[in-house]
Amino acid sequence: MLEYRVEIALWAISGIIPFFMLNIWTNNNLNESINISDVLLSRYFLCAFFVRQFSVVWVVFSFEEDSLMGKVSPYLIQPLNPFFRYFAQHLAEQITRFPFALIIAFFFFIFNPESIWMPNLGILVLSIVSTFLSFLIQFLIQSIVACLCFWTEKASSIERLLFIPTLFLSGLLAPVVSFPAYVKSWIYLTPFPYLIDFPANLLSGNETNISGGLIMQIIWIFLLFPLFKKTWSEGTKKYTAMGS
Amino acid sequence: MVQNIIDVRNLSKSFDISSKEPGLKGTIKHFFRRQTKSFKVIKDISFEIKEGEIVGFLGANGAGKTTILKMLCGLIYPSEGSVLVSGYLPFRRKEKFLKNITLIMGQKQQLIWDLPPIESFYLNASIYDLDKFEAKKRIKKLSEMLEIDEELFIPVRKLSLGQRMKSELLAALIHEPNILFLDEPTLGLDINAQRNLRKFLQKYNKETNATICLTSHYMKDITSLCKRVICVHEGAISYDGKLDLLLKKLSPVKEILIVCRSEEDAIKLENSGFTVKNKIKNEITIKIENNSITSSLKTILNNFDIEDLFINEPPIDETIGKVLIKKKYDI
Repeated sequence: MLEYRVEIALWAISGIIPFFMLNIWTNNNLNESINISDVLLSRYFLCAFFVRQFSVVWVVFSFEEDSLMGKVSPYLIQPLNPFFRYFAQHLAEQITRFPFALIIAFFFFIFNPESIWMPNLGILVLSIVSTFLSFLIQFLIQSIVACLCFWTEKASSIERLLFIPTLFLSGLLAPVVSFPAYVKSWIYLTPFPYLIDFPANLLSGNETNISGGLIMQIIWIFLLFPLFKKTWSEGTKKYTAMGS
Repeated sequence: MVQNIIDVRNLSKSFDISSKEPGLKGTIKHFFRRQTKSFKVIKDISFEIKEGEIVGFLGANGAGKTTILKMLCGLIYPSEGSVLVSGYLPFRRKEKFLKNITLIMGQKQQLIWDLPPIESFYLNASIYDLDKFEAKKRIKKLSEMLEIDEELFIPVRKLSLGQRMKSELLAALIHEPNILFLDEPTLGLDINAQRNLRKFLQKYNKETNATICLTSHYMKDITSLCKRVICVHEGAISYDGKLDLLLKKLSPVKEILIVCRSEEDAIKLENSGFTVKNKIKNEITIKIENNSITSSLKTILNNFDIEDLFINEPPIDETIGKVLIKKKYDI
């Protein structure tokens, strides 16, 4: 995919949902209800855009296509789990997305000069770590769903079910802080707020529990990894190498 | 004594396949009450293969040849029986085992479509823990053997089928495996590319003593590479043995076209006790058993005035075709 630079640029631009959401929030003065200033809210959605750019995962679709077309077969007999290939592809594309994301941020600051800020080095490093952990969580969740291809062939349908809570509970459409208190307490027990909301709040300088968020991210990785390993080892026994 | 490198005992494989009746009614029925049937595609087969052997798997479409190869290389899990390849249970896919084998499927590719093959070679080299120097050395050696050079730097999508197949082979052999599973490796290649590929495989086998298991629908691949064949019919082995023995058994006679100097000689020959297939003027076609070819030809040349003669081998495809539709061949 790295061969197609225009495609990557379009993908980067297609991730601008947070900017639409920012527009809806500020035009309707919704931020007043959660006591967040316009500036902090615009920074939050810009950071949500950045986090999304560097944590977006599509492994379930790639694996499903490769599995149905029989392309997984040659990878399965190599001494490297095929998911490492997808992992490397994601990382490579994230690096390529970086300049496009910077250009979008540049235009964002031109239209919102009051939002310009520079996070301190410590926060920047922690935000990068947290974004990478968010990517790992999403990659593991989708890899587990992708392994269901060995049973259902159309695992991406299951991923679409997961997309709904991801969209609403991750902080992509609204900061999690805007949810009612009793809902929030449940949301924070799921992996979703640690995908966008936590790293975006961290990077934008909004109030957030840094150590608690990072610990929850690590806990989710430790829970998901063995589940992935188990699904993978059971699934490969079911593999029929169709299409090859 | 040469060791068995592949040992297969009472191996079977079943697949659960769902069937659907046509039309809307069939679709609704399929949605709510899916009917699945278990198909035993490999039925209780046993064989051994020795180190350095080249064995051809023959069979009609759907006979189970590819399924056997897939179980041998660990791609699919056997339903019953045991498989040992190089001392390993293939489906466990242990690193040491995987570093020892390769699988090439004529209709599938592992090269990265949008990048030049050289990128895939270096990626494979890292996967198989080869350092850059060693990888470079092996790429040079294999590309010389396969006669590819500039193609290494052209995106795969722009290569011809033959160039792509050669690159696939290089990618699959960079780790110098000593067991090769080849599933129709010459599929779609032109005659010259097929011949080059066969020459390469012979050379690779000679130089490395690699064991090769091959399936192909091109009989030339089988006859020029394999001394031994395993014929598969509806998931069971119908013949396992030497190819030349099978051919002798299936075509015990040869047809000889003799051009006599005169029609009188042709008539004399027609009445001399040989089995005559047909006679047109001074040309006569006779059938002679394989084991008496030399003596019969000696008699003919000594007693008749012969202008020319041609020995016709029966077409190999026709001969092998007879095996593919039979359940059992004992020789």
